[in-house]
Amino acid sequence: MMNSAPTVSPHRSRGARHGRQWRAVGWTRPLLIGAALVSAAGSLLWTAAVSGFEQPRVTLAFGVLVALGEFARITLPGGREAAPIASASAMSYAFLFTIAGDPVPHSGVQVVAVVAVGMALGELPHVMVGRPPHWGDLARRLLNVAVIALLFRPLVALIDLEGPLWWMALLLMAVIVVGVWAADSVAAAAIRADRLRTRFGVTVRDEMRAQVAIGMAVGASAILMALSVHVMGLTTLLVFTAPLLVTQVAFRRYAQIRLTYLQTVRALSRVTEVGGYVETGHSHRVSRLAQGIGRELGMSESELLELEYAALMHDIGQLSLRDPIPSGATVLASPPEQRSIAELGSAIVRETGVLDGVAELVRRQCEPYTGDGEAGPPPLGSRIIKVANAFDDLVGGSADRDRVEAVLQRLRMDTGHEYDPVVVEALATVLQRPDFHWRGD
Amino acid sequence: MRALPVAARLYVGLVALGAATVILLGVLLGPIAEVDLGTLLLLAILFVIAESIATMVDSGKTGISPASAASLAAVVLVGPVGAAVVGIASGLVIRRQDLVKRLFNGAQFVVAGYASGTVFQLLGGRMGVPEPEMFPWIILPFTAAVLTFSLCNTLLMTGLMRSLGELRLKRPRHMRWRPLATLELSSIGYAMLGLFIAAIWGAVGPFAVLLVLLPLFIARWAFDQYVFQQRAHEATLATLCQAVETKDYYTRGHCMRVAKAAAMIAEELGMSAERVQTMRYAGMLHDIGKLGVPTKILQKAGKLTEEEFAAIQLHPMRGYEIVREIGFLDEALAGILHHHERMDGGGYPKGLAGEDIPEAARLVSVADVFDCLTSTRSYRTAWSAEDAIAELRRCAGTQFDPRMVEALVRAVEREGWEVPDLVEPMKDECERLAAKTPPTGAEGGAGEAPGEVVPAGAAETGADVAVGVVEETAGS
Repeated sequence: MMNSAPTVSPHRSRGARHGRQWRAVGWTRPLLIGAALVSAAGSLLWTAAVSGFEQPRVTLAFGVLVALGEFARITLPGGREAAPIASASAMSYAFLFTIAGDPVPHSGVQVVAVVAVGMALGELPHVMVGRPPHWGDLARRLLNVAVIALLFRPLVALIDLEGPLWWMALLLMAVIVVGVWAADSVAAAAIRADRLRTRFGVTVRDEMRAQVAIGMAVGASAILMALSVHVMGLTTLLVFTAPLLVTQVAFRRYAQIRLTYLQTVRALSRVTEVGGYVETGHSHRVSRLAQGIGRELGMSESELLELEYAALMHDIGQLSLRDPIPSGATVLASPPEQRSIAELGSAIVRETGVLDGVAELVRRQCEPYTGDGEAGPPPLGSRIIKVANAFDDLVGGSADRDRVEAVLQRLRMDTGHEYDPVVVEALATVLQRPDFHWRGD
Repeated sequence: MRALPVAARLYVGLVALGAATVILLGVLLGPIAEVDLGTLLLLAILFVIAESIATMVDSGKTGISPASAASLAAVVLVGPVGAAVVGIASGLVIRRQDLVKRLFNGAQFVVAGYASGTVFQLLGGRMGVPEPEMFPWIILPFTAAVLTFSLCNTLLMTGLMRSLGELRLKRPRHMRWRPLATLELSSIGYAMLGLFIAAIWGAVGPFAVLLVLLPLFIARWAFDQYVFQQRAHEATLATLCQAVETKDYYTRGHCMRVAKAAAMIAEELGMSAERVQTMRYAGMLHDIGKLGVPTKILQKAGKLTEEEFAAIQLHPMRGYEIVREIGFLDEALAGILHHHERMDGGGYPKGLAGEDIPEAARLVSVADVFDCLTSTRSYRTAWSAEDAIAELRRCAGTQFDPRMVEALVRAVEREGWEVPDLVEPMKDECERLAAKTPPTGAEGGAGEAPGEVVPAGAAETGADVAVGVVEETAGS
């Protein structure tokens, strides 16, 4: 699962020549998608040709629920796709003991087949209107169910929920859910590390943090649904999707407001450009450069978000100036001026009452990396913004390779005191990537 | 809570007494022998846990809690007396709360639990883990029990609020039913889950509660995150708007006041809560493009040249360009772009007339001018709200949409309008600002600081301009 080291591999150069979609794909994603396709096709063939579908009514009920859940998929913060209701009903189908006492003979292979068909049907309308799923996420969703089904179905006959060891069954299900969740997070992290060119260890932590809440809700609901069908029959299946529906709505709104927040800050960071304080697109370029460097240096998702906000708003202090600095390049301003712009900007950001971390990054953005005074060296985010800002100011409107090299050389000359050498080297690495477009369009 | 009114003390005492009676009578007369003590104890523990976690998650702001699910499960599993006994446990909840409140909460759950348990059994519900063959008919007595539970709680709570004097009966027109209905519905929803907890209790015992409530806790958590992010977003938006205004002391707070006026008009027009919010945003952001207009022109004393006026006319377009990527604004975008259109077609940037002007723009335009007139500018003092309204009415039809003007008038009459304090720029602040200005490119230094620009009878510049006075500037 490890292919995150920033070395140039034949994979990468090949990927770069493909279109936008495929340029940063490592081998994890194709592997997962391939595995999902093979398991879906294999299970369908096996069930249809060899074993046949057991209990058509039950099969239909779960298939429809999976399709509906997949249709109602949501996007979590960070662009992660999830279909909690589909996942939970698919997992509960894998966990099913009895239906109000009647035995259920379906095999793990059948579970995979039914879930694959359900997911495909649920995605069909989305694909038709041009909103295809993230294929990697879809493959993960199917593979999770496949793993659970193949592990658990053979054991169902051995489990006696009425006996004294009923808690063992519960424990087993919980262990399987947690294990699959962990493996899934690792797979998601591998895809993400490939896509964002960041460190695998960092993305694993990010993924686990991002998936833990929704994963717990899905797991608990799956177990609950299997048990309730065991006690009360198929009719309760719908009732128990209700708590999950509430969860899903809450998560959707959360993801939406996160996106809105980002849009607002992105848009409003442009007031400095409109006001003629900085060059057009400066904030966005600095933000993109800073994020590239931050990823290269292994910052976590939450740190990157803070860095993005700070980079977007790093020049907002100029609003308090009566008139723009000529050409807006703060790198050319005198140190006291730079300092006061940073202080004013930080005061504005702090005023929001919710972005204290961002305010701190903005405040210390112009300090030399060795630090001045007793406060010690500035935080990494501030050092990154300092380098990104200087780079963009110095390169100006030019996209010329030589110019970029010359500016990097100039920054390197100042690494004794001003610029953090680690950050400057990270910038150089990031700029060498063929698929890194900091100038935007 | 320190100095509790006598009425409230009396009321809490009464409810507690009622609860004690219920339990005593229940234990003495009821069929207590059939209650499974182990189940009772587990339910009580789960009740406390559910209640404690709930308050940890939402810091005790709302009255409902998932613990009602545990209470209702108790109704089914251990009968009315059992439910009452489980209710006592709410007094043990882990949180910082004074004794009186604990006493009241406990008593409330005891009474509600007993009442709903009685209703459940009267309508044919049986105590104990429900058998598969009892579905789906068991839902009827259970629903009745849930309604009783919810009714009891609401009544007891209302009584407490009345005795505390916190609840005044509002005029029905301004009563907000939706949040109340949502609250009631969600508490009923929680309570309904009690039946399912009871049903799978037979299979997995107390884990039933965990399995049922876990998704809900997570939903609650996600919802709290959402609320927090929304507040953060609001605060950030407001701060950035205000930051843009720091250029001109006289327009400080303008965007927030226009936002408020716009929301007042929208509410008066009976718009949905969502649209009211959109109008608020439109008001807040309407002048964001002014940043693109050089300070010199914005604060210029005397008549503007044609080029200068053209520069000012650009600001709605500039503002639109800044915010158009923000997805949630939709209607507000039109409001920002067209807030200087006039009903007679003499406005800018497009020269739209009448109904062609988007509703949001007509609304923001009135809110904008109203705040302009009622606040002090470098060239004149603030008008009173009455004078401003008279002026708006005079221009209704030619410049403004009369419907918006009348809505504003009604809203101001009802809620009043706080005329902003005269913001005199502090002298040292001017100097600080002047000192911060880099020597290069600064044209006037301290001499241009707004405090000292007091031209008498200067033409209205700026985009906020409005009425009467405006016409001479606009040269229309």
